This record gives sequence, C-alpha cells and structure tokens, in this order.
Amino acid sequence: MAKVKGDIVINIERCKGCEVCMTACPFHVIAMAKEVNSKGYHYAVKVNNDCTGCTNCAVVCPDGVITVYRAKTE
Amino acid sequence: MGELRLMKGNEAVAEAAIRAGCDGYFGYPITPQSEILEYLMMAKPYETTGMVVLQAESEVASINMLYGGGGTGKMVMTSSSSPGISLMQEGITYMAGAELPALLVNVVRGGPGLGTIQPSQADYFQAVKGGGHGDYKLIVLAPASVQEMCDFVKLGFDLAFKYRNPAMILSDGAIGQMMEKVNLFDPIPRRTNEELISQCPWAATGKKKERDHIIITSLDLDPAGQEKVNLKLQAKYKQMEENEVRFEEIQCDDAEYLFVAFGLSARICQKSIELAREKGIKIGLFRPITLYPFPTKQIAALAKKVKGMLVVEMNAGQMIEDVRLSAGNQIKIEHYGRFGGIIPTPDEVVRALEQKIIGG
Amino acid sequence: MEEAFAKLDIRKPENIVYKRTDLLVDRPLSYCPGCGHGVANRILMETIEEMGIQDKTIGISPVGCSVLAYDFMNIDMLGAAHGRAPALATAIKRLWPDHFVFTYQGDGDLAAIGTAETIHACNRGENITIIFINNAIYGMTGGQMAPTTLEGMRTATCPYGRDVKIMGNPLKITELISQLPGTYFVTRQSVHTPVNARRAKKAIRMAMENQKLNKGVSFVEIVSNCNSGWKMTPNQANKWMEENMFPFYPLGDLKVDGKLVEKK
Repeated sequence: MAKVKGDIVINIERCKGCEVCMTACPFHVIAMAKEVNSKGYHYAVKVNNDCTGCTNCAVVCPDGVITVYRAKTE
Repeated sequence: MGELRLMKGNEAVAEAAIRAGCDGYFGYPITPQSEILEYLMMAKPYETTGMVVLQAESEVASINMLYGGGGTGKMVMTSSSSPGISLMQEGITYMAGAELPALLVNVVRGGPGLGTIQPSQADYFQAVKGGGHGDYKLIVLAPASVQEMCDFVKLGFDLAFKYRNPAMILSDGAIGQMMEKVNLFDPIPRRTNEELISQCPWAATGKKKERDHIIITSLDLDPAGQEKVNLKLQAKYKQMEENEVRFEEIQCDDAEYLFVAFGLSARICQKSIELAREKGIKIGLFRPITLYPFPTKQIAALAKKVKGMLVVEMNAGQMIEDVRLSAGNQIKIEHYGRFGGIIPTPDEVVRALEQKIIGG
Repeated sequence: MEEAFAKLDIRKPENIVYKRTDLLVDRPLSYCPGCGHGVANRILMETIEEMGIQDKTIGISPVGCSVLAYDFMNIDMLGAAHGRAPALATAIKRLWPDHFVFTYQGDGDLAAIGTAETIHACNRGENITIIFINNAIYGMTGGQMAPTTLEGMRTATCPYGRDVKIMGNPLKITELISQLPGTYFVTRQSVHTPVNARRAKKAIRMAMENQKLNKGVSFVEIVSNCNSGWKMTPNQANKWMEENMFPFYPLGDLKVDGKLVEKK
C-alpha cells in the first residue's frame, strides 16, 4: 500500500515564533526551539518524523516561512 | 483652425478638458462652478472620446479619485470652489508628495467658511503657499478671460505632466460665470494605454515582467529618506521657478506707476489704466499669470523703474506679500481690495491709486 | 548544524506542495508575530498568481498596519490616504476597466474615516474587490478603539471597556453594505486556522473572478486577531476571537451572486 510521506523546511530566520503552526499541525510535528534566531524569536522546529505534508502549518503561517514536501512511497 | 464660440468660463473649462484629451473628470457640485460637471454630463464624452465623467460623493472622494487616476498616469481633473477646495487639501498634499499629475480648477468664491457664492480672490494664499500640510507647491495659473480658462486647461495638463505635479487654475466666480468669445483649440486624441505606459514609466499600470513593481506613495518613514524626498521636490520647484514663470505687461514701457493684479482684478485694472491715463497719470499693469512660480525677478526689475505699485486684489491683501518680497522696500507698495464677493469698480481703483500711492 | 528529522529523500522540487508565492516580495513582513495580516496578504497574492493577472492588477493599500502592504505585494500599488482607498479604486477601475483592482483596508480605515467612500463605492456598484481586515482595534496607532470594537472590549481609548452609552455601538458595516444593490458578493471569513484560511482564499478568488462579470463590488471581510493590541499571545488571541468576535461577526456568506443569503 502506498504511504504518504511529508516534510517541511522552515526558514528559521524569517520565523517570528508565533506558534500558530504548532497549533495547526495535526501530528504535533512542530515545537518552538529553545534557541532564538537573529531577531530574538524562538523559531519553529520539527520534533518528530510524523509529517504527512498536509500543508496546514504553511497555510496558517503569517510569514510564509514554511515550504512543504509530499511524496508517495511504496 | 479652432472653433469660435460664445461660452461661460466654466463651460470653456469643460469643453477644453474634452478637447485636451482628458481621461477623467471627478467632481462634486458647488456654486459657482457646477456648470463644469453639468456641461460634461450633457456632452457625454464617455461616448465619444472615452473620457470618464463621475459625480463623486464629496470633494474628498473627488480628489482621491484624482490620486488614483493620476497614479496610473491618466490625465485627470476636478473642479470646485473655495469650501470644496478646502476639503480637497488632504488629497492635494498627498498628490504633491507622491508627485502625481492632475489638474484642479478653483472657481473662487468669498470666504471664510461658507462665505458667499460671489466672486473672490481670497484663496491666493491657499493655492500658492500650500493649503495642505508639508512643504509642497502647486503650479498655479490665473486666467483673466474665458479664453484663458480654455487655454489653461491644456497648459495646466502639460505642466502637470512635465513636472509630475498637480496644477491649479485659480479662477473666480466672475470669470467662471461670464460669457465671452472663445477660440477653442482643435481636439487632441486621448492617449492610448500603450502610449501612456511608454510616456509614464513611473505610473502604476500593472507590473510587467521586465520591471520592478511600482509603488505610488508619499510615505517614507525613514527621516533621511523623507528629507531626500523633500530635497527632490524643492529641486523640482526650483526648475519650475526657472522655466515656467508667465506674466503679462500692459503699458509698462513708459509707466511711472503700476497696478499689479491677477485674474479678474487685472481686467478691472485695464479699464482703470484708461481712466488714469485720461487724467495724465502714467500707469501700467503687471499681471502675474503663474501665481506659482511667481514672477519675482520681473517685479524686482520693474520696482527699479516705477515710483509706486498698487496691488489690486479681491481679498484683504494676499499677493501683496509676494510683490513686496520681490520689490523690496525702495518704493511705495500698497494694497487695494474689496472682499466678501464685491468686485471693485475701475473708478474706485483709480481713487485708491491717487490716495494710497500718488498722493499718499 | 545537522537538521533533525529531515527526510532528505523527498525534498525534491517536484515534491513541493506548498511554498511562499513569488508574488510576495522576498523580505520580512512588518506585521507582529501571529498577525492575520500576513496570511491575508499571502492568500491574496497566491490568488493573483494562480489567476495569472499580476500584470493587470492594481492594488491599493490603506493607512494602518498594512500601510506598507505595497512593499510586500509584488504588484503595482498605490498607498491611499486614510479611508480613501475606495475612491482611488473607483477611478482606477473606470480608467482601466480591463484591469483587476482591489483595496486592502482595516476597520478604522474602511468603517470609520472612510465610511463615506466605502458606502458610496459599494452603492455605485464599482467593479472592484474590497478586502476588509476587521480586528476591532487600531493596531498601528497603538491599540485605540475602532468602529468595530466590541462592547466591553478594552482598548487604549476605552481602557475600562467600550461603553456603548458613551462611545456608541460597534458597527456591522459588512451587514450594512450587503444591503446595497451595488454589492454582488459579500462574505465574512477568517484566516486563523487552516480550514478558515483555505475558505478565505476561495472567497478572495471568487471576489477577484467576479471582476470579469462587471456586476459590482465583491467584499471580503476577514475577522482577524490583533495580538499586540489585544495584549494576548497569538494562540490566545485566536481563541478569544472565536469566543468573542465570531458571535458578533458571524462567519459566512452574506450575499452571493447579487442575492442576500437567507439566515438559517
């Protein structure tokens, strides 16, 4: 059976750490980093492998910092 | 060529707009200039040249329609009278700040406040010195005849686009309402959008692949940037002062005294010259046609030749400040004016000359 | 630094299902973290990109938080004076009838200082799109009371809460303009969840497509948050918005294809 695999890439320098993506992710893939970016924001990071590429995080990201990949694997 | 017609000043403005290839008129009725919008609605240029004519919900909306149209490079105009022009000041300063071309016509009535619907020249300061906030200038043309009401529409558009700056025709209720013979210029076709895009590369016409997106704004939050914007504007005004001064001299060659007057007052002074010369007074008339840029150098030169100047205005003394700044304090310069909608007679102007300048 | 949980095998251009549109200029947006303006800006630009009308679109930004929208939207734009965007749009659309013209305005801009311009553009049936961001506060100016501030809601100029006896009532301008014959499509959306953001984008698409029909104003209100002004975190603000804003400003279409939508 084909399985859907997803991944996200976060532009951490542009992330403002608003946490809206974290709430929107159905699989709790995203959390805020302990570290801050050059603007002083705790940016979003992936914390597990459960991303399905549903794009929810990217759709609600006010700063458009998330790129989403999705592929079917056998 | 051209076409001879007997018209009101206001009608001449409207007809000239159509003939000048104007793209859009946006206005709001107010006495004594409503004939401009009425004439345009009657003429229906949207069916012939394609010129848009719209009665807006207010003068505030009208001027912001000009900001929109001007920002896309279109030839747009409005007209109003004093209280309406006061309402437009916000949009005027935004347009000056964003460097947008447009033609404004002020058929001045008496003020302050609701004032009167009778003619006045009391909006000189507002037109010439600013009116809205910030350091900016309008190109201000003062017609003294119905013919000039017609011709200055075309001239006003030419200057507005040459300098990317709003131009104003500062008329008055009498010039707007009176009927005279006009030689109408031949119609000029409206520019096509392609012509506009090539002639106005600064205009917001839709982002093309080969260029960056265009932003029309007067905002620059960076003080250094805003100072640069202002310096650029001041350099532009300097260019106008060097290149665009217009004036008329009548019987100045042998004159010992001068009337200095614009618009309707200048017409009255022409008759006063006749009356005064019958009495043996050698007097001429200097008529600024561009109130901004003001004919400073010309007045300074004349001040070296004559004994005194009477500045005749239908206000409490506005242009006289610029005349005094130009002429210095070597000769006597006084003001004579009637206001509240009263037009001075040629006789009383001569009496004022005798009392304030010659005998004074 | 090695990125944790990266699935390098699927990070290929052909597998991209979502990326920032090129119609947003490559620079940081000036909005506060979590602000709905960012999503609204983006879905609007995505719509213009998907419609392929970048070269025929002219946008008008307001005064307020989105005053700099022209710096972010990679299309030709004009910055209007406070409240006057519909007047600019009126002239531009009439002078460029084959172009797509939209205004992007906040609540103070559209429903207070620009009420006359809004209502008359809507009543004339100008063939334009109006995007109205309602966050019930003046964000940029520092959190003052807006025409849409809810009863009892605290702002810098109603620090004890909006007392309607003193300050008047919150204005449902969207309901008001939906009554005008010049409006063709009137809807109220939000962008705070993925579902809502996708719906809002569909509404914006319809509002822009409608300009091809020449049937009047298409008006999209987006009820949005103002974390800074409301003094909450973004997620708290979104929750507060659901609990307080939506009951007074219910989401959904008010008018579709020129016909009022009957309330269920």
